[in-house]
Amino acid sequence: MAAKSKDELLHDHNHDGVDRRGFLKCMAWAGTGAFCIMQGGVLKSYSMSQMAQMATKVGAGDLSFVQISDSHMGFNKAANPDVIGTLKTAVDKVNSLSTPAEFMLHTGDISHLSKPEEFDTVDQILRGATPKDIFYVPGEHDMLNDDGKQYLERYGKNTKGAGWYSFDKKGVHFIGLVNVLNLKAGGLGTLGHEQLEWMEDDVKHLKSSTPIVVFAHIPLWSVYPEWGWGTEDSAQALAYLKKFGSVTVLNGHIHQTMQKVEGNVTFHTAASTAFPQPEPGKAPSPGPMKVPAEQLKSVLGITDVNYVHGQHALAVVDSSLA
Amino acid sequence: MRRVVSTAVLFAATFGVAFAGLRAGAGSLPAAAQQKPDATEVKIDNFSFGPAELKVPVGTTVTWTNHDDIPHTAVSTDKTFKSKVLDTDEKFSFTFSKPGTYEYFCSIHPKMTGRVVVQ
Repeated sequence: MAAKSKDELLHDHNHDGVDRRGFLKCMAWAGTGAFCIMQGGVLKSYSMSQMAQMATKVGAGDLSFVQISDSHMGFNKAANPDVIGTLKTAVDKVNSLSTPAEFMLHTGDISHLSKPEEFDTVDQILRGATPKDIFYVPGEHDMLNDDGKQYLERYGKNTKGAGWYSFDKKGVHFIGLVNVLNLKAGGLGTLGHEQLEWMEDDVKHLKSSTPIVVFAHIPLWSVYPEWGWGTEDSAQALAYLKKFGSVTVLNGHIHQTMQKVEGNVTFHTAASTAFPQPEPGKAPSPGPMKVPAEQLKSVLGITDVNYVHGQHALAVVDSSLA
Repeated sequence: MRRVVSTAVLFAATFGVAFAGLRAGAGSLPAAAQQKPDATEVKIDNFSFGPAELKVPVGTTVTWTNHDDIPHTAVSTDKTFKSKVLDTDEKFSFTFSKPGTYEYFCSIHPKMTGRVVVQ
């Protein structure tokens, strides 16, 4: 398909739709080192070569934070024999952002096998990051063997239930959800009744103008159900967020960046700091993908999020570790 | 592509031996009953159980081996058996002493499902 080279696309909130051709282009680029930015209601895609230009465009906002994901500490197979090294590179990347991040979100799979020493190593490396506050949600690899008991002892202070919670930063409301427990045979990620009820209550009294950021490990949109890349009851969670003008959903789990816009909701998945996984359906299984060693850092990354008060949506920028 | 059918032949042979042993059995335990029961393998590869359905006689020990770079489990939906988390090349074995159909899945990647039919 010979696509016209128009490097941005418009998302018209008045008609609640997205330019499909442009959006698909943005999606296609996401896997190959491009990134998409939502700013003032306009979704724009940029190639990596335009990164420097973007850094100045995004600039200082009212709130800047970073998302990292899937550090899989303890993983030592061919797809990345040095997950310690790549996590350290990610921390260096966070520390060198032109707009300093105020805090970090870690969207799960901190560890590979839920071993105490794996969590300890990540904690130690992340202490080297400039932002001192880190907000976690668990991945399925963090709750192996004990239904999350150890995870909650380490990271669950001030959380409810299996580790969900909310907090506010500069007028933005953050909701951390757990969708990796009590998974049913043949099913996807699950939030469960208790958590959904809590969430409904949590957002009930917020003004519709409050920007919302939801973060959870498994995508809250149907990325590729055949590989379990989705959450059974995410529609219910999103229904509670219908009244809000700006909702940003940040996930991990699939070890690649992907973005989708539906009405006022922007869905985004972050790269892993450990190893890449194949594009949906492009391999026999979603297992770790081995790339030539010199290319590894170009398929790992961090996600930088900026919020400017009064602007409609948050700017989400992925940058690779290369 | 040729399929190997020797497993089925092996089952038939073992059945025959066990049956003969029972018929011989007054007094002391027949020799066949003291032999190790059948062992059968399920391979975990590319986020799937192979074979997805396994038919075995009562008393069979089934062993799951994880060949993936990612940990998996084998957990029956009725909680009859539950493996620990199997890292690469780790194994889990369970002996099926009662007939029935045992549905199981990977509790980490629940899209992975399998079935053991014990006859």
